[in-house]
Amino acid sequence: MTDRSRRQLVRLAGSLSALAAAGLLAACGKQEPAAPKAEAKAEPKQADPLKAAWIYVGPVGDAGWSYAHDLGRKAVEAKFGSAVSTSFVEKVPEGADAERVIRDLAQQGNKIIFATSFGYMEPMLKVAGDFPDVKFEHATGYKSAPNMRIYDASLYQDAYLAGVIAGRMTKTGTLGFVGSFPIPEVLRNINAYTLGARSVNPKVRTRVVWVNTWFDPARESEAAQTLINQGADVLLQNTDSTAVLQTAEKNGKFAFGWDSDMSAFGPKAHLASAIINWGPYYIKAIDDVLKGSWQTGRTIWGVKEDLNDLVKIADVVPDETKDLVAKIKAGMKDDSFEVFSGPIVDNAGKERLPKDQKADRAWKDKVDFFVAGVEGKVPSGS
Amino acid sequence: MRAGFLPRFEPRGQPSLALSIASPVIALLLTALLAAVLFVALGKDPWRGLSVFFIEPLSGWRPASEVLLKATPLVLCALGLSLCYRSNIWNVGAEGQFLLGAIAAGGMALWLGGPQGALGGLAAGDGPLAALAGRPLQLPLVLLAGVAGGAAWAAITALLRDRCNANEILVSLMLVYVAQQLLSYLVFGPWKDPKGFNFPQTPTFDPSTWLPPLMAGTRLHWGFVLALIAVPLFWFALFRSWRGFQLDVSGQAPAAARYAGFSARRALWTALLVSGGMAGLAGAMEVAGPLRQLTPHVSTGYGFTAIIVAFVGRLHPVGILLAGILLSMMLIGGEYAQSRLGLPGALTGVFQGSMLFMLLACDTLVRSRVRWPWARRLAP
Repeated sequence: MTDRSRRQLVRLAGSLSALAAAGLLAACGKQEPAAPKAEAKAEPKQADPLKAAWIYVGPVGDAGWSYAHDLGRKAVEAKFGSAVSTSFVEKVPEGADAERVIRDLAQQGNKIIFATSFGYMEPMLKVAGDFPDVKFEHATGYKSAPNMRIYDASLYQDAYLAGVIAGRMTKTGTLGFVGSFPIPEVLRNINAYTLGARSVNPKVRTRVVWVNTWFDPARESEAAQTLINQGADVLLQNTDSTAVLQTAEKNGKFAFGWDSDMSAFGPKAHLASAIINWGPYYIKAIDDVLKGSWQTGRTIWGVKEDLNDLVKIADVVPDETKDLVAKIKAGMKDDSFEVFSGPIVDNAGKERLPKDQKADRAWKDKVDFFVAGVEGKVPSGS
Repeated sequence: MRAGFLPRFEPRGQPSLALSIASPVIALLLTALLAAVLFVALGKDPWRGLSVFFIEPLSGWRPASEVLLKATPLVLCALGLSLCYRSNIWNVGAEGQFLLGAIAAGGMALWLGGPQGALGGLAAGDGPLAALAGRPLQLPLVLLAGVAGGAAWAAITALLRDRCNANEILVSLMLVYVAQQLLSYLVFGPWKDPKGFNFPQTPTFDPSTWLPPLMAGTRLHWGFVLALIAVPLFWFALFRSWRGFQLDVSGQAPAAARYAGFSARRALWTALLVSGGMAGLAGAMEVAGPLRQLTPHVSTGYGFTAIIVAFVGRLHPVGILLAGILLSMMLIGGEYAQSRLGLPGALTGVFQGSMLFMLLACDTLVRSRVRWPWARRLAP
């Protein structure tokens, strides 16, 4: 350290307490002026780069959900260069804290803000009402506003493809699924995984363990161990860490990567990775703002738009299965194949989708049941 | 012992009062120094880094109101805990009591919300209290329900300690997990919003049960005023009341307390009920204030952070108020550091940890005197 910077540090430490006190006083002194003023002073000049911000529910290093979103953010940086300046806040809890973070980002002059977890919906909606000039984008929710729109992936397609592989690879005929929350998105994935497996192996059963969190490696790992102890030998998860894959690796079982390429975390256990490539969507959204063509709405992309995909299929998977997966994927690309095609029967024997009918968006939004082949009941009081 | 250059620590006859107040300040300065070094190592301007953590969260009424909003539940929980810890009762389950307060208050808000709420079945017609509950009664009922919920949860710990001599540390901690499961059960099950696409959340409460903000445009609510009122009340209760004296004696010298005829059972129940009630109130205000609905994410560990707040604040009400503000400042500063400087989110944890570490280190000075081997003693 140079002498100058050392002196700087000493000076800093010395004046810190005084400054903290001054800050407090300043804060108290400023109580009088009316509140809306702070919101008015949003953006100074036109020549400045467009400010875009992301908030993540996990750490960016989770190697899963948040990491995939951050790759999308980096794709935006790479694409727009100095025209856009991005920032992010990680590990934002889905409670009262989220509103503060989103509000602060809007006050900081960000013109578009991406909230990447379901629990940010209500907080974002509250903030969106106060900042009509800022565009808000919420992943996986269902509420929108004139300046807040929804985007989502079709991960159930990946889950179906993973199910096809799992159905071929299982020896015990029991698949395991580590679920986060019993919300439609997750139930869709469990159902698609099971439907995929049963399309090649009708006797397959799926067991589910809920962990009630998106990111908690210890609990995810415990849940995976429970499933393995119950005879499951191919695992999939709808949580954000690599723990399930690593647990399968330790036990000599199979598992999949979820949200991003996790092949490095369980070289033997890894069968394939369901990935989401958020980049194209984020680039489009930023482009919409730059061109002034941003409109509210709901965008759900999938395999067709290259938003999500099943990649890095392991060598242990027979070629014939790989071909089958490629064929189904091609069907998803040209819309000739729909995962949820009737007849779909739930695990209590009730028909949920009639024969020869393809599920529409509204049907998929309301999934609240397990398809035949999944064991247990959807946790719910009603 | 003649260690070459290392200082020696001699116990003081009497703990130093000046240093017991100065030690948190020294700890804070050392943390700031460490932070500055870290900023330099991360290639950032240390001055900018420090200002993001310690000045920007208080620059202006709006950010400051967020700091105070975050500090409110921490201060309320920590005040209650200070009473426990001063009477040597180790309640580490404020988090669970907080959650039960939130559940009870949320349940009350839904119930009062009338037939369209998730508790519509229970509140058939216009709600059983519709006649009695004019609008102004709704909010107090919600908050009282929270206090009762938190106190009832703490009462389980008190009962098991009193009757079965069960260790209160374990019982109160384990009850945190029970409370979390109970909350999950309710929001996934009976209290789930029927229009919520199976997402784990209750409907938004009726506006009559919301805790109004202190100022339009901010989220800081009247709960902060309650916390400010609680500080002198706790100071009085702890240091100027007969009951507080009894608690203090039974904490510092149980044998003396017994000899004086102070009831240990009474101390146990008082401390746990009060701290449970305070945590429950904090939980109630969190759901009636910024959240306005129950979700599985009601708390972000307020009850646990409050333990840190209580100790950083030296178990003194005023200290707790300052410590609560300081900790929430660092938390929010951590978010600012990410969005403004692109620093990693883990930094907040590093600062919190190092501040506690420094505090523990500085506390040595309160009870011991440093003797430098090269300094001559002046006294014979």
